[in-house]
Amino acid sequence: MLLASAKKLRSFGIIGMNQRNFGLISRYNPRRLYPLVDDKLKTKLLAQQAGITVPQLLGTVQYQHDVKALKEILHPYSQFVIKPVKGSGGKGILVITEHDHNLYFKPSGDAMQLSDIERHVSNILSGLHSLGGKPDTVMIESLIQLDPVFSDYSYEGIPDIRIIVLRGYPIMSMLRLTTHASDGKANLHQGAVGVGIDIGTGRALHAVQYGESVTHHPDTRKTFSELTVPHWDKLLQLAAACYEMTGLGYLGADLVLDRDQGPMIIELNARPGLAIQVANRAGLAPRVAVIEAIKTIDPDPQSRAAFSKRQFAFDTDIHPPRLLRTRSDDR
Amino acid sequence: MYAKLRLYIVVILLLGLGIGLTLYKHFALGFPLSPDDKKSVWTIEARIDFAARGDPVIVSFALPPQTPGVVFMEEDFASSDYGFSELTSPSGRRAQWSKRVASGLQTAYYRLSMYETGQIAHPATAADLPPEPEKPEFDEVLRTAATTLLDQVRSKSANTEIFTRELITTLNSKAPSQNLSLLINEQSSEDYKTHLIINLLALEGISARIVRGLYLEDGRRRQSLTNFVEVYIGNEWLLFNQNSGKSGKPKKFLVWQRGDQSLLDVVGGKNSQISFSIIRNVHSTRDLVVRDSMNKQAGIIDFSIYSLPIEQQNAFKMILLLPIGALIVVIMRLLIGIRTSGTFMPILIALALIQTTLLTGLIIFLTVVGTGLLIRSYLSRLNLLFVARISAVIIVVIAIIASISILSNKLGLDQAMTVTFFPMIILSWTIERMSVLWEEDGPREVFIQGGGSLLTAVIAYLFMTNRTIEYLTFNFPELMLVNLALILILGQYTGYRLSELYRFHALERRNAAGKR
Repeated sequence: MLLASAKKLRSFGIIGMNQRNFGLISRYNPRRLYPLVDDKLKTKLLAQQAGITVPQLLGTVQYQHDVKALKEILHPYSQFVIKPVKGSGGKGILVITEHDHNLYFKPSGDAMQLSDIERHVSNILSGLHSLGGKPDTVMIESLIQLDPVFSDYSYEGIPDIRIIVLRGYPIMSMLRLTTHASDGKANLHQGAVGVGIDIGTGRALHAVQYGESVTHHPDTRKTFSELTVPHWDKLLQLAAACYEMTGLGYLGADLVLDRDQGPMIIELNARPGLAIQVANRAGLAPRVAVIEAIKTIDPDPQSRAAFSKRQFAFDTDIHPPRLLRTRSDDR
Repeated sequence: MYAKLRLYIVVILLLGLGIGLTLYKHFALGFPLSPDDKKSVWTIEARIDFAARGDPVIVSFALPPQTPGVVFMEEDFASSDYGFSELTSPSGRRAQWSKRVASGLQTAYYRLSMYETGQIAHPATAADLPPEPEKPEFDEVLRTAATTLLDQVRSKSANTEIFTRELITTLNSKAPSQNLSLLINEQSSEDYKTHLIINLLALEGISARIVRGLYLEDGRRRQSLTNFVEVYIGNEWLLFNQNSGKSGKPKKFLVWQRGDQSLLDVVGGKNSQISFSIIRNVHSTRDLVVRDSMNKQAGIIDFSIYSLPIEQQNAFKMILLLPIGALIVVIMRLLIGIRTSGTFMPILIALALIQTTLLTGLIIFLTVVGTGLLIRSYLSRLNLLFVARISAVIIVVIAIIASISILSNKLGLDQAMTVTFFPMIILSWTIERMSVLWEEDGPREVFIQGGGSLLTAVIAYLFMTNRTIEYLTFNFPELMLVNLALILILGQYTGYRLSELYRFHALERRNAAGKR
């Protein structure tokens, strides 16, 4: 069957786009807070103030005439990432893993001239990748080093961990693995593999590519059943702390594991997508209901993370107070 | 909780107002709900001929009364060098032509354009109450014959209506009794017959009056008025055909005169003659109603789009279609979940399609965007700044459009010249976005979003060009409130989109299998 029945989906607690926009985003995320996460420089600053590790900022380019200084900025580094500050959905991110004289190499091995990079930077500046085409700023970050745990599960890129945080409690998580098809980007609709991760243990639950189940990484052929994300407690705590940091009630925290520096936050998202439900083979609604039933939010991110670990561990059945309903249903 | 309640109240108010106004316009003002609603408009010309004797001339002519159920669109009076005035008296309107000196054959014209509406006639007003019937004066022989006839008829009838009908049929019977032949015979004129019926009814104590009217039939000339008898029964006047006894006003019949005043008086002339000719035209009901309402200055019409100059009205015809397009976009995005490039770009394409017609429009659109994408891919190699590049794309688009126009003109393809209706800035943005999309997400995403936009545009186009929808949006702009209410409700829809049922279909299978 090509179409699922709406009734069944509802009984699994799958949240649709409309309900996400209406019941979660517009409900928990005041618009005035969006700039905090839409502007990655601001997010970085906030995270640093909160003592959260972030990739090192190597430089920024704000004006077109500064593009000429790019060569100077990039000179000391052989590896770096160029990002639009207000980009969305991983657009406009350029990763350089090798620098040899005048040639810069992408993870795929493609070589770029300095002029190519300059053009990319100009594009970002004029707002090509930003929301609504507004003028943008370019940030240059240090490259994250692939943690050996993931070396078997990723192809030409760094996998990231998306954790959905509702009112400060992590409720669902997924690991996004880069593939050849996704061109080294951890972007699901470009072909990255999404692996649902058990909130309780950090173990892989189920994986999908292009919305269909997979058991092996398509490029490395490594099975997911042995995959466990290390530093899981720390990752959950970092994600939970993003609530205090931004004030957003419903957010998607994108974290990575760096070989040398451990867990760090690379990006926050005020409109996290719904593919995570497919990767987890579970709906968000029951978990949303559990969190919405909590009267007072624990001010300590660590105990919130611990609560989520207990509540949403794969083995424990979720007992929502009101059967599979989110609060938005009974408004 | 309150927010939801408030929204529902607003929605109900909007729905009520929108539908209420529509129904009011339909039932009270007679606006048809279908664009194909047509009405016959009758143009009746009365021609009055007489020979003047060289004296002062006064011609007085009875004019048809304005009754509910009949709308007079236009009345014209024409005659050479005559003074003219229209007189209104309780017994009806009269036209009066006058001239100090006239001689020879004279002609006066009265022309009336009218149409019938479906409205039911109101019951008689106080002014229309009948006087006590005057007992007619018959001589002895006739009186006896009349009384016998009335006795006969009375015995066969139960009430006034049946009595009247019975009386008329008896008077018209093929084999008249001796009594009857005294009262009426083959040679009796129509007028005589009418008066006889009225007199007989009066003898019975029933009020009746003569009604003269015209059967409306297309292309008739030299018609004359037909006599009817109107009888006061219960609280209303009922019309009877004096030859058949059938009651009620016939269809396509215009009551010209009620009561026994003369139809035509000519002072200072002789051999006066009157003849009617009738022509039927078919008009759209809407045009007639708008015109009538404008004349009556009905507030709702007076302060409507109809009061604008025609050019603005035409602009509004287009503008009022936009909400339909918006509704389609809302449905496609919120319920179906189709991805489009640019939220309302499909509406703009649909507007362009309206001008170009569907197939031509689609071909032109694909040609322009396709060519644009090719050229844009070259531009991206030139290392241009973003604003400069999009500006360059605009110029490229204009060049493409110009070449399509010129080429199609040379080839004699007139249709393709409508290409100028496409919004060029929007096309340029579309090309730019598609090209970026191509670079970042690959051609698949370009086809998904481009296809989604085109599909939405075509559906919006089909709705916006539907004759009935076009007609309703323009003539019942209040339906926009209904549209608004629908969009408000859809804005509350938190269920799944159709595309999500597909997106999550794998999940259903897994879950079903994994369920214990």
